[in-house]
Amino acid sequence: MLRYIYGDQLKAHERLAAEMFRDRADQFKIRLNWEVNVDAHGFERDEYDDLNPLYVIWENADGTHGGSMRLLPTVGRVMVNEHFPHLLGGGSISSLTIWECTRFCLSRGANPKVAAALMLAGGEIMEGFGVEHFVGVFDARMVRIYRRIGSSPEVLGQEGEGRVQISVGLWHFASVAKAQVAQKAGLSPEISRLWFDRAFGSKECAELAKVG
Amino acid sequence: MTASTALEHILEGLEQADGHAGLQVAIEALRDEMNVDHMVYHWVDSAGDQYGCGTYPAEWVQRYLDQNYLRVDPVIAGCYQRFHPVDWKRLDWSSKASRAFQKEAISYGVGNQGFSVPIRGPNGQFALFTVSHSGNDADWAAFTEEHTRSMLLIAHAFNHKALDLEPDRTPEHAQALSPREVDAVTLLAMGYNRAQVAQTLTISEHTVRVYVESARFKLGAMNTTHAVARAISRGLIVV
Repeated sequence: MLRYIYGDQLKAHERLAAEMFRDRADQFKIRLNWEVNVDAHGFERDEYDDLNPLYVIWENADGTHGGSMRLLPTVGRVMVNEHFPHLLGGGSISSLTIWECTRFCLSRGANPKVAAALMLAGGEIMEGFGVEHFVGVFDARMVRIYRRIGSSPEVLGQEGEGRVQISVGLWHFASVAKAQVAQKAGLSPEISRLWFDRAFGSKECAELAKVG
Repeated sequence: MTASTALEHILEGLEQADGHAGLQVAIEALRDEMNVDHMVYHWVDSAGDQYGCGTYPAEWVQRYLDQNYLRVDPVIAGCYQRFHPVDWKRLDWSSKASRAFQKEAISYGVGNQGFSVPIRGPNGQFALFTVSHSGNDADWAAFTEEHTRSMLLIAHAFNHKALDLEPDRTPEHAQALSPREVDAVTLLAMGYNRAQVAQTLTISEHTVRVYVESARFKLGAMNTTHAVARAISRGLIVV
């Protein structure tokens, strides 16, 4: 299932969180050889994890981590503005309707549907919170994966070659794309919406509570 | 005057404000213009200092402070440390204390509907912008659907101004337009449409939208025309 968890809520999901940070170490340090820090627990964490971001996590049926991404609004501190302004053509991007998506991670051997499910979550966030664009930082392999699931970002700039290549790109979700991505994820839009409502509170449930 | 230009006009006044009184004038005007019961901007800094402006009845504000309702208010609990906008219906009103609080708030005229935008500023600053209203669910859903963007923008404009009025504020906080944003806004000012801007800058129309969107927020503008006007009047672009 898809989970939406703010940083300060991770302690209620200790095992899932630990696996996410270890899978990030596996992807970014071991497989991609990016210059990231891995701590004594084997966790890949950086300064942006300390800003209480919103994590979207795909939890496998057995409770393990399948994949995840990290979101922050661009009106605050974000990676693209602090580390990659040259890839944006100089300067910063800042808007309440543009969020940054970083550390898009898939666990080793994850089902390809996981990436689509995470993109679907991005669509829910856009629809639910008035977000119009995501600006993302991702590795070269993800470019192919995004293309396969039919939600390619527009790449604004890249640096490095091969495994260490880093791209900055933009997503613009049309509601049409959401149905398509849901299909690629093998999920019904209703189930996806239910998970979103469970995380952020449902309008219907509140109404029932008031009546009851 | 169309609704959009009326909002622009009010935001223009907010931008020019040189004191907190200007924020109050703007929030009352915006409340009237959007035809809702109440509008409130409330900020808490890392030292716990609070500041706000808004249209709630003075008796309710006093009551809220006296009772220290910050502790039971589900809107505060649901927005603090968060950055997604919240319809009040989505919050957890299940506890006895929060139900009593809601009932009391309604009796003071706050309204049974609400929409709050949390904002994270620099150095642990946290602010909340709220629109509240008395009405049925269907009308409220239609209102929030239509006005989410405007509410995000107004929230941002108030926070921008409030930061601006801070005495020890570091001047570099004022956000400059990036070179790409300057390019996009300049071409729009020259009368190019989005497709022509995209072609000239060899980027997609979607990306043009992102640059224009970001420029609009930095300029506190309601729409593209307003952003162009502001960029010109501030000398940020030359046409």
